[in-house]
Parts: sequence; C-alpha cells; structure tokens
Amino acid sequence: MAKITLKNLRHSYFPEPKGPQDYALKEVDLDWQDGGAYALLGPSGCGKSTLLNIISGLLVPSEGQILFDGQDVTKLPPDQRNIAQVFQFPVIYDTMTVRENLAFPLKNRGVDPATIEKRVAEIAEMLEVTDMLDRKAAGLSPDNKQKISMGRGLVRDDVNVVMFDEPLTVIDPHLKWKLRTKLKELHQRVSHTMIYVTHDQTEALTFADQVVVMQLGEVVQIGTPEELFERPAHTFVGHFIGSPGMNVLPAEVKDGQAYFEGQPVTLEGPIASDVPGTVEIGIRPEFVSLAETGIPATVSRVADVGRHTVVEAMVGAHKVAAIQNGPAPQKGDKVHLHFTPEQTRLYADGWIASEPAQKESAA
Amino acid sequence: MKTENQKAWFFVLPVLILVAFNAIIPMMTVVNYSVQETFGDNLFFWEGLTWFEQILRSDRFHAALGRQFFFTFMILIIEIPLGIAIALSMPRKGFWVPVCLVLMALPMLIPWNVVGAMWNIFALPDIGLLGYFLNHVLGINYDMTQDPVAAWVTIITMDVWHWTSLVVLLAYAGLVSIPDAYYQAAKIDGASNWSVFRFIQLPKMKSVLTIAILLRFMDSFNIYTEPFVLTGGGPGNSTTLLSIDLVKIALGQFDLGPAAAMSLIYFAITLFVSWLFYTIMTKDDLN
Repeated sequence: MAKITLKNLRHSYFPEPKGPQDYALKEVDLDWQDGGAYALLGPSGCGKSTLLNIISGLLVPSEGQILFDGQDVTKLPPDQRNIAQVFQFPVIYDTMTVRENLAFPLKNRGVDPATIEKRVAEIAEMLEVTDMLDRKAAGLSPDNKQKISMGRGLVRDDVNVVMFDEPLTVIDPHLKWKLRTKLKELHQRVSHTMIYVTHDQTEALTFADQVVVMQLGEVVQIGTPEELFERPAHTFVGHFIGSPGMNVLPAEVKDGQAYFEGQPVTLEGPIASDVPGTVEIGIRPEFVSLAETGIPATVSRVADVGRHTVVEAMVGAHKVAAIQNGPAPQKGDKVHLHFTPEQTRLYADGWIASEPAQKESAA
Repeated sequence: MKTENQKAWFFVLPVLILVAFNAIIPMMTVVNYSVQETFGDNLFFWEGLTWFEQILRSDRFHAALGRQFFFTFMILIIEIPLGIAIALSMPRKGFWVPVCLVLMALPMLIPWNVVGAMWNIFALPDIGLLGYFLNHVLGINYDMTQDPVAAWVTIITMDVWHWTSLVVLLAYAGLVSIPDAYYQAAKIDGASNWSVFRFIQLPKMKSVLTIAILLRFMDSFNIYTEPFVLTGGGPGNSTTLLSIDLVKIALGQFDLGPAAAMSLIYFAITLFVSWLFYTIMTKDDLN
C-alpha cells in the first residue's frame, strides 16, 4: 500500500510530439492518498485509460515521474510495481478452475500453499463465489467472470493499488448495481487504494470518495461527488455531471452585474476580478424554477422522466432546462424562469469566475 | 406461439441433392463393385463380402496401412508444433504482417503435382540442388531413389514444406483474436512466458488447432499426388501409401472388386479416426 504521486506527467503516442495537440495526456500533477477510493471520470478519448496504463506500467510516459511512496517507479514493468488491474472485459484463464484462477497471481509470486488457500477462501467469500470454487472458470456467466477478474486483483494483500478500467461495461444493468455496491463494500474491507476508471457518472459518483474529472487529456477538477455537483470548477464538469447537465448560457458582464439575453441575473456572489474572454452563466436545471416573474421564455419540450419533469424552454435562441416537480406546463406556454441566486455561477473561458457570497457571521 | 411444421426440410433439399450427386451416388457404384466380380463386357458375378475379407487379411494392405499411419503421424508431430512455433514468432501488428502472411501462403498455392515434381528434381542425387549439396558438399550419402530412409525423409520434408503453412495461418488467426487485456492481465499477475502460452495462448488456439489437426489428418491420410510424383511409391514398396496401393490395384491390376472394397475400408478408417478425434476434442465444450 502506498501513496501514489504523479509528477509533471505528460504522454504522447507520437515519437516526436510537435505541440500540445499531440499529447494524449497534458501535464498531470496528482497525489493519490493511500487507501482512497478514486474515480477517474471523463468521456471516451479523454486520456483516462492512458493515465491508468501509465500508473500500472503497461505504458511508459513520455515525460514526468510516477512515485509510489516517494520511490520512482516510472521505468518499472507492471509485475514489479505490485499493482492489480481489472479490465473492461473479464480476463479469466479458461482451462483453470475458479480456485486456480484466484490462486494464480499468488502462485506466480511463490507464496506458500497454506497462505494461498487462506487468501483464496477469504476472497471467494467476499465475492460470494465460494460455491463455484471447483468449477471451470470458462463456464461462468459474464458477471461471475468479472468477479473472478476482480478477485485476482484483490487476492494479493500487499498491492499498492487496485485499478478498474470500466469493469462493468459487459455486465447486465441489474447486476451492475449489485457489483458496484460489492466493490464499495470491498474497498471498505480491504482498504487498498482503488482507482476506478469510467465514463459513467453514476458509477463514479457512487464508488468514489474523490472523483477526478478529465477532459482532452487534462484534469479539470478533483473533488467529492457533492463538490462536483454543487460547484463545478469548469463548465465541462457541470455539463458532464448531472442529468441533464448544467445549463451553460452566454452572458455579458457590465459593472459587476451579469446579463443573460439582456436580463440581469443575480449571481452567488461577487465576480472574481476582471473577467477575460468568453463569459458564461452556469446553473443546474435543479435550481431553475418556473415563476411569476423572471426571464421570459417559451416552453419547447416537456419530458416526464418518472420522478420529475424536465422542461426545456427557449430564451431567445438559447435552450434552458429546468427540473420541475409539480404540475408541468404545456409545449408552447409562455413562462418566466427564476434562477436560484446561490446556485448561479459565472464562468470565464470555461473556468469558474464567481465567488460564493460571504456567509453572514452567525451573531 | 411457435408453429411446428416440417417446412424446414425444403431448405435442406438443395444440399441433399448436391451431396447425392457428388458423393452418395458415386460411392454407391463403388459399393456395387465391392460385392461383385467383373471380367468386362458389363458381366457381373455376386461375390458377397469376399473382397472385404481378402483385403482385411492381406499382408500387403496391412503394410500399406502401417506406412500410411506412420506418414500421417510423422507429419502431424512435426507440422503442428512447428506451425504453432512459427505463428507465435510472427509479428501481430505492423508492416511485416502482410509480408509474412503472403510468404506463408505461397507453398499452398502451388499445385500438388508441381510440388511433387519440384521436390523430385530438387532431391535427385546428382543434378538436384538438395541432392547434389548433400552428396557432394556435405558428403552425406543420400539417394532417395535407392534408399528407403532417404525416400521417407524426402516425402515427409516435402509435406512439411507444403502444409505447415496451413497450421501457421490457422494458429495465427487464433492468436490475433486474443484481446490485449489477456496479455496485460498476465503481466500483472506475474505469469511467465510459458504460463502465458500454457494458460492463454494454447487454450485460445484450441478450436483452430482442432480444425488444423483434423484437416491435416484427412489430407495426409488421403495423400496421393505428391508422393506418387516424387517417389512413385518406391524404392520397392517402401513409400507405397494406401492411396498409391489402391491405384495400383484398381488401375494397374484392374482388380476392381478388391479395389472397391479397399476404398470403402479406407474411407471408413478416415471417417472413424476423424470422428473419434473431433468428439474427444470438443467433449469439454458441451458441458
């Protein structure tokens, strides 16, 4: 078990990268605390698998260092880093029984048979596969196969980190939830550092204590699920997390006051400083309500998603989504939109530019 | 609601007709010959199972069958491991992949009688490149036209040269279908190269290797053209394989009855061994 430090990490799949556009991974500096449950979240092609393979040693970064507890492991091959990795598709050794599969990583490292037996029994019990131990692994269902893959990662008690690369892709929806809960439970029991790569926000937010959001080879925000939801540091995070994602609306700023389509909008607090570049207002649909007064809009679409209704309204040429719990309006209705001020933020060039209001001191 | 009727049989009909004309009907004429004696002029006399008994008791048949099994065993034991080894050492990606594949496919594109003729000339002791080199450069006494051992070495080498490629291509197809994650997982699990071969590559190649062995068994067991052109079954009878002997009986001696009986026995053996092998190899998959 170790603290993992990534220092000035950059990676390009080109032998001679010409500019920043040639890098699949741009300048990453990160600390992964020992025993943490992390999720690496981002859309396909954002560099998250590249980062994972660099940590596991399947890939050597073009620049930078990887430190395990302060020790440089940048050039070490995977088997010497003492890590475990679970892949997107279950990897099992077809000709072996479940027991032999689970014992394989230990056997290869020359662990004595008594310890192997004990560890395998423990892991099998945790994963609830004890009754399958003597069956051929080839005949198992995909979710059980993936459990065995995970088991091979967890069976070694000295691993520095266990990494999961979108491990639930091939699992049926109703089993996904079960396996996810299982993983969370396992993390609490074995307390290894775990890194979970996914493009599915639900998986990331339910599994992790800390979520690292990536976009185009860059880390855009690190935070708890609440932080990512409440105060996205970047419009990408706001948009990517949440369903539907945050409304990102073009804005203008005049004398410290923000305007959207000519209408003044009250923000959470003062604006950071002078705001350069493109200015946008970000507000989650959860905090947009239909009111008597406010920004006039026309309802363009109403979708009932079960527990609430998603109302889409047009303000000029811009679409604003609002989540409505009460009775829903009809398409074509003229409505007024109210933005909850504490949840309305300003973004400049994508990055957050407003500051939360100073809390009144509780006198 | 599932409707049940017998319409599906109509879809099988074209195949049945095809098989009837190119296999069953010709084979029935062989069955016809195998139980009768003929002296020409379309005169036939019923003989029952006499020819079958005669063939099964004949030392000549036993010897040819023995040689046939020896030949097939030898080429399988060389071609299968060699084919796997070559497939393993071929590149999986990049510029050299198509080059390797084309080079591998080349021997298989050459007509069988040409292969026989090529190797015949190649191996002739005084004028062939190989024969001359062995005799006059290395000083090894090699003459496949006189020495049975040399003749055997030559036909086996020829078959290995001609057909190992088939095993290579099938094994290679099996290898490239293994996802990278397996190799990565094995690396992380600390598996040795041997373990990777034993627990990942070999199991993943099992089905293609089953087909490869089956095809090589059937082909080599029924082989005729190449050894006939190369050695003509000689020196003496030393390389007279079953098919060569069969043609000698049928067309050389014109003993149509015994030849027909022998064909049927020959066919039954090929079919039985293939069935046995395939059943054993696929037994596990059914569970």
